[in-house]
Amino acid sequence: MPLPVRHLLLAALGLAAVAGLLFVTGDLTALRVAAVGYTMLAVAGLQLLVGGSGQVSLGHGAFMMIGAYTMALLVLHQPSLPLAANLGVIVAVSVVAGVAVGAATARLHGPYLAGATLILAVGLPGLAHRYHQLLGGSNGLNIRTAGAPPFLDGLVTTSEWRALVVWTTVVLGLAALATISAGRLGRRMRAVRDDETAAAMAGVPVGATKVAAFVIASAAGGLAGGLQAYVLGTVTPGSFTLVLSLTLLAALVLGGIGSLWGALWASIAIVYLDVWATDLARAADLGRDVENNLPVVFFGVVLILVLRFWPLGVHGALRDLGARLRVAGSGTSS
Amino acid sequence: MNYFVTLTLNGLASGAAYAALALSLVIIYQATRLVNFAQPALALLSVYTAYTVTQLTGSYWLGFAAALTAGLLVGAFVERVIVRPIARTSQLNAIIVTLGLLLVVQGGVGMVWGNEQHGLRYAFSYVGRFAPSDVFALVSVGVAALLLFALYRFTPLGLRMRAAAFHPEAARLNGVRVGLMLTAGWGIASLIGALAGMLAGPPFLSPNVFDVVFVFGITAAVVGGLDNPFGAVIGGLLIGLGKSYVSGFLGPELATLAALVIVVAVLSVRPDGILSRPTARKV
Repeated sequence: MPLPVRHLLLAALGLAAVAGLLFVTGDLTALRVAAVGYTMLAVAGLQLLVGGSGQVSLGHGAFMMIGAYTMALLVLHQPSLPLAANLGVIVAVSVVAGVAVGAATARLHGPYLAGATLILAVGLPGLAHRYHQLLGGSNGLNIRTAGAPPFLDGLVTTSEWRALVVWTTVVLGLAALATISAGRLGRRMRAVRDDETAAAMAGVPVGATKVAAFVIASAAGGLAGGLQAYVLGTVTPGSFTLVLSLTLLAALVLGGIGSLWGALWASIAIVYLDVWATDLARAADLGRDVENNLPVVFFGVVLILVLRFWPLGVHGALRDLGARLRVAGSGTSS
Repeated sequence: MNYFVTLTLNGLASGAAYAALALSLVIIYQATRLVNFAQPALALLSVYTAYTVTQLTGSYWLGFAAALTAGLLVGAFVERVIVRPIARTSQLNAIIVTLGLLLVVQGGVGMVWGNEQHGLRYAFSYVGRFAPSDVFALVSVGVAALLLFALYRFTPLGLRMRAAAFHPEAARLNGVRVGLMLTAGWGIASLIGALAGMLAGPPFLSPNVFDVVFVFGITAAVVGGLDNPFGAVIGGLLIGLGKSYVSGFLGPELATLAALVIVVAVLSVRPDGILSRPTARKV
């Protein structure tokens, strides 16, 4: 079976699993399931950039912001466009942003690239304040998008429909990322990551490969941001802070770099550690200051502990466990 | 013209804080090849300590001393207990653990002191053009840089620290306790980071007050070359000037994006900062 077909089949399976999950759980979890979906797409794009091409970006939230604001502006100013067209435009805009950032930073390496992307993450929300006529300042933009189509009335709720739309886009995006990563471009990226000079001598166009990685990561991040705006119906500069960018990268390493499964664990961690920490603070009645800050502290502590005891992240730990079980199983049978 | 002079003097004064923060990043980078993204959080903790001590005793200078002491101790503690065991595993994990620290400390400060703003005093009067507090900023960072230079150049501790950074194996064979030198480096770096915090913090203190300061600090370090303490100081002053001109003539919201433009422009021409020497690469 050719690889793209296999990835599409897996994508369909994944979508079916999510639909089943939505059917079993209630309306309330639908929003969280959708949040896991678009976060996973963003993290998977970052995984291709960091794990694939070895460029550490601390500014992935900036691409999500570009996608989210594009979605909001399209809904506000071109309300007749269908959602699929909006998503297409978002990908195009993100690709342009990715080319610009990737080309500007292609000569930067290691900590210098990390520093430059960090500045992008802190600086970009400033544009929303600068152009507050168009972008709404710190209040951001509010949008209304269509819910479930009429023939599905009573069958799925609005948030369940949104979660399904999000996940359909997400699994298609993930299939594309997996196909790219397994193909020639993915191999070139890994060559550049392992040794730039050696890759150049073997005929790999180093600069173009690095820019390509940025473009793909940016498209995934922008699409994720657009989906977030679609689900939440609001876009503010306050939701694209430095903490978001840092959390995306940190979660990627926490989940386990080098695999899309890692991106899944990462997005579950981002969404659910936050939920659990808030619930915990409420249940223990710890006061407002603690409640507001507990999620980020909780995430940081889990991150440090995971790195301390499982340097390869959750996915690495699970793989180790699987290997050990298999060894134990074959040991007893022989 | 008058406006231009005012912007220049303001830029130099705020540049002093960026230079100090850049210096603290460079010290750690030289010793461990690691950019310490937790530096603003460590500075934050030090400055909040100063705030509490000043509240309790009423003395600014006791608070100032407390900030520097807290910086030294927290930096050393963090290196020894949290960063070292993880930094061994991989370069990326080393970056991520400093990000984790940043989240924990910033959130922890918010838990203890609250997310709202607190007033923080200046060391001296800040009224007027080139006020005493501005002079203090420039002089204190200048003195810190000179002391640091003397430490590295003329003391046995500095020699050991340089040896540990330059060639850990050889240094260890010569009886240098390399681990202890790393801890000392982090302590000294965080002390200077605390100084940067005390200069950049006033008039108001809140848990994310140093996010933007850190952007200019890392810009300064990157522009000057992460390997070069002199570059960090010069870079800090240049970035202070640049930020002041952009805020004054174009608008303060664009200052951080201007920093990005400067970084990309400088690094495209000189990939290792303005004061770097070319290096050979081996395959």
